[in-house]
Amino acid sequence: MSTPENQVPEMPSSTKLISTLAVVAMISGLLVVLVYEFTKPIIAENQRLATERAIFKVLPKAVSRLTFVVENDKLTPADDKTVGELVYAGYDKNDQLVGIALNAAAQGYQDTVKLLYGYQANSGCITGFDVLKSTETPGFGTKITTDPDFLANFKCLDAKVNPEQSGLIHAIKTVRHGTKQHAWEIDAISGSTITSNAIGRMLNKSGQALHPIITKNLSLLETAKIQSKNK
Amino acid sequence: MTQATKKETPLTLDVFTAGIWKENPVFVMMLGLCPVLAVTNSVLNSLAMGIASIFVLVCSNALVSALRNFIPKQVRITTYIIIIATFVTLVDYIIQAVSLDLYNKLGAFIQLIVVNCLILGRAEAYASKNSFTKSVVSALGMGLGFTLALVMLGGVRELLGAGQLLGYQVFSTQFEPWVVMILPPGGFIVLGSWLLLINYIQQRKTGQIIAADATAHCTVKP
Repeated sequence: MSTPENQVPEMPSSTKLISTLAVVAMISGLLVVLVYEFTKPIIAENQRLATERAIFKVLPKAVSRLTFVVENDKLTPADDKTVGELVYAGYDKNDQLVGIALNAAAQGYQDTVKLLYGYQANSGCITGFDVLKSTETPGFGTKITTDPDFLANFKCLDAKVNPEQSGLIHAIKTVRHGTKQHAWEIDAISGSTITSNAIGRMLNKSGQALHPIITKNLSLLETAKIQSKNK
Repeated sequence: MTQATKKETPLTLDVFTAGIWKENPVFVMMLGLCPVLAVTNSVLNSLAMGIASIFVLVCSNALVSALRNFIPKQVRITTYIIIIATFVTLVDYIIQAVSLDLYNKLGAFIQLIVVNCLILGRAEAYASKNSFTKSVVSALGMGLGFTLALVMLGGVRELLGAGQLLGYQVFSTQFEPWVVMILPPGGFIVLGSWLLLINYIQQRKTGQIIAADATAHCTVKP
């Protein structure tokens, strides 16, 4: 019979070892590239749909949207692949601006929580949000999307821009459950304080930075859809 | 000669069913427990993880078995890892193409299939020594056994932790969900309970056989 199992088998030449690995790596590379090329457009389409779904969720009246990117106090038309702070403007059937969707992110309990939120530039209200990414504790941090008391904060959360257009009149702040007094305060969920605080922080940060820019460029956003159609 | 005859054992139904019950990867062999505990907070996640694992297990075992006479012993682990990593990357792209929601829910655990010891273990212990057909059949059985175990855990955890099954409300809204069940400790509790139940059943089975044997011996004697 052949060699017993406990005996060390003869060492094959290095060429054989290298060629084996090369062949296997080539097969593997080929498979990965084939599937990557095949799924790439589908994944891109899925991502576009996911973004669109989130935008239309926070701006329920919108039927179409345009993407802009923030460049030193200016908004320039862009597409979803542009790197930078993206701003989505939603338009209704008659191409009228119905709201703006903005990204916000902050450290939550476990990892960064990312949101897309709807902003009405004319009334200065934040009117809702959609969670894009969250790994918060199920049953606690995840309540931000289900708790009716918490969602009531976002009927019209005050995020008005100050007259100097340098920030918000009132900083958005999360307060302890049951102590909300002003329209710019967020009533926290008891038991999910850290996630509630994260939402307040991220909306304040995004609001202070982006809402003045939006106010400055509001006329551009309002007319962009009609102009893009005329072109 | 004995070694040769061992290799030649025919393909039987046992090769397939071993992975489902007798050598169940989770409940008997206790392999790949990391994803078992981590992703089983709902039936859908469990099922997706199970299907992804079946795909990687079957494809990698097929390729390892097909190349088994070609791969030198010294580089076999490296080769297996490359093969497994390839199929995991494919699954990663495919799940993103099927559903981004699902992909976000499963998080890093899709990529971590690479280090699931069940898959490397089967490549090393079975596929590298058996014919192509047998390896594929065995991998399919093991994969189904793994999926079954994931779904058994996911079902209990989703039912108790959210009062739902596959997203449909089962219990009335009066039911207060046991949040602990969808948190990591719930994974340990439910896995422990299933192990207790399954070991109890198996022990009773063997107990009955021993008892039956004993009575048989007794009746033979005067």
